[in-house]
Amino acid sequence: MLIDAKGINHRELNEMIRRSDKDCVVKNCLGQRFIGAGMSDRNIEIEGIPGNALGAYLNGACIEVRGNVQDAVGDTMNSGSIVIYGNAGDTAGYAMRGGSIYVKGNTRYRTGIHMKEYRDKLPVIVIGGKTGSFLGEYQAGGVILVLGLGIKDEKIAGYFPCAGMHGGKVFLRTEPSKIKFPPQVLVRPSDSEDMSEIQKYVSEFCRLFGFDEKAVMDHPFTTAVPNSKNPYKQMYVSN
Amino acid sequence: MKINYLYPEFEVIRNPERCISCRLCERQCSNGVHCYVAETGRMASDESKCVDCQRCVAVCPKTALKIVKSNCSLRENANWRESYVKEIYKQAESGGILLSSMGNPEPFPSYWDRILINASQVTNPSIDPLREPMETRVFLGKKPDRIKRGADGRIKRELSPQLCLSMPVMFSAMSYGSISYNAHAALASAASELGILYNTGEGGLHEDFYRYGKNTVVQVASGRFGVHETYLEAGAAIEIKIGQGAKPGIGGHLPGAKITADVSRTRMIPEGTEAISPAPHHDIYSIEDLRQLVYSLKEATEYKKPVIVKVAAVHNIAAIAGGIARSGADIIAIDGFRGGTGAAPTRIRDNVGIPIELALAAVDQRLREEGIRNNVSIIAGGSIRSSSDVIKAVALGADACYIGTAALIALGCHLCRSCGSGKCNWGIATQDPELSKRLDPFSGKERLVNLMRAWRHEIKEMMGGMGINSIEALRGNRLMLRGIGMNEKELEILGISHAGE
Repeated sequence: MLIDAKGINHRELNEMIRRSDKDCVVKNCLGQRFIGAGMSDRNIEIEGIPGNALGAYLNGACIEVRGNVQDAVGDTMNSGSIVIYGNAGDTAGYAMRGGSIYVKGNTRYRTGIHMKEYRDKLPVIVIGGKTGSFLGEYQAGGVILVLGLGIKDEKIAGYFPCAGMHGGKVFLRTEPSKIKFPPQVLVRPSDSEDMSEIQKYVSEFCRLFGFDEKAVMDHPFTTAVPNSKNPYKQMYVSN
Repeated sequence: MKINYLYPEFEVIRNPERCISCRLCERQCSNGVHCYVAETGRMASDESKCVDCQRCVAVCPKTALKIVKSNCSLRENANWRESYVKEIYKQAESGGILLSSMGNPEPFPSYWDRILINASQVTNPSIDPLREPMETRVFLGKKPDRIKRGADGRIKRELSPQLCLSMPVMFSAMSYGSISYNAHAALASAASELGILYNTGEGGLHEDFYRYGKNTVVQVASGRFGVHETYLEAGAAIEIKIGQGAKPGIGGHLPGAKITADVSRTRMIPEGTEAISPAPHHDIYSIEDLRQLVYSLKEATEYKKPVIVKVAAVHNIAAIAGGIARSGADIIAIDGFRGGTGAAPTRIRDNVGIPIELALAAVDQRLREEGIRNNVSIIAGGSIRSSSDVIKAVALGADACYIGTAALIALGCHLCRSCGSGKCNWGIATQDPELSKRLDPFSGKERLVNLMRAWRHEIKEMMGGMGINSIEALRGNRLMLRGIGMNEKELEILGISHAGE
């Protein structure tokens, strides 16, 4: 079903999506927030720029955006997929627990903050370009992969990546020396096991956005995991 | 030579004539205070481990035990109180942040205790609640500001979603993890029987308790633990937790040891991992951002559920509440600085935030002045200890009250303030299966139901005395209150006259 979003607000738009058949295309999207919030069993293709909190609490639906998205895409999503053919704003994938977000371009501050995994749920964020400061802050689970494609002389992640990280993994397509991490994080050059772990995400990214998988993989990667010596345990004394 | 700076705070007094060495105290004490000495055939105590929870006292079949505060004390000093000295010893030893449990115990003024309630004499006759109908039911949610009529002249009856409570009290947020399964079972089933609501706290909702959904507030906090579509759909209302009275401005941390298999399922995180709730919601830096979270929750639940925003009572609370009332939230919950907690840094618990009485009065007044009081209902919490506190809160402007500590006391809590240890001998603040089974959810439910029924009777009695037969007519009715022993400024903020005026 084709939905023309021109001039309608988020509440009406979401009602139209809920009423539509399984597959729908939203045209002329211009800043409507909360598109697809909590939805399952829907394939939503969006042309234009959706507003904040696209796919919040997403519960199995698939969203494809032919443009940029704003802040808090996939906030607290549980399952499903979001594919973005442009850039994403701040806090992409905030507290997501499952499903995947693929971004062709860049993301901004606090990407993947407080992501967590649970049983068979393993959330994944793949970013084609670079990302802002506080990448993976408080990360408790899941996988974040930053490819830095087309980024030449800049760092592919901003300041304080993985601050407060206590679970999950972050992979960056760069050398470990290029990025400064806080002391609570263990950083190493990605080994063959790491590379085989990310292979499927890279391959999906390349399939979606038309990159050469071999060229992407043939590059040094960095793996960051939490330091198992828990920094919080020693902080308190019972009073 | 190891010097022990901290002399035990409590003494275990065991009456040897009564003690039969049955060893029940030994089995009941999770802190390991009591032990049996075979050589003498007598019980002994390690008082350094005692937290004064009174469990052994309560179970001793011969009333042979007494726990008293030790009178071994440092030289008296009104400035360097013993607690400050001992806290310095603890920090000098460990280098750690002092961590305390339950609400602020410091001797700050309690305004509830300085407010007196009115009663009718001669004029406006009092009402006998046993004889005449008395309405304690309240509806929480956005109220329409004017009557709207359709083209046919009929009144439009669509309302924003409302919560209906049989009395103006709800059980406040306490997560599964911070308290036990049985404590949650008691709270949930009591709320359901009473026609009120309890609150999941930020720990998700156990699958067994989905059936109490229409009496459940589901919480969404910065860590988003256990938050998913079915959870949001399960409750009668959704609460966004911004802050908590006991620890305004900081987040939470449930240690991995408390993430047992069951708690892990409910929070939806792996067993044994740390559960950290960041201090802020990192998608909320403004009222506009708050509005976004409010509406994302409304969108996800198709506008069927009221959204509560819970904040701690802090200095600019009236202005903050004004923002929240414009954010699309249906209900504001304000938690005063005496509110309870499973664990909070001592310094923050005891020094940050303001009393709920002042915060509540200031918020109600500001929302009225701005003409937006009907945009939201107000829930007041943070040390509501009795039915008269409820009456005073309603008269200061609350639509309902949250009680946490009072509910736990009904379940057996003795306020030993050691929740953080996870060794609660009363089966409340623990995930140890041996300890939590001491709290029988059925008798716990009965005790909560009894407490609330008693309060409801008392509320009716006090309303009747004032000649008021509906709690709605008491809300914000500050003429029913007088202050005693307060200065002009305090009276001005509370919006009440002094006794005798």
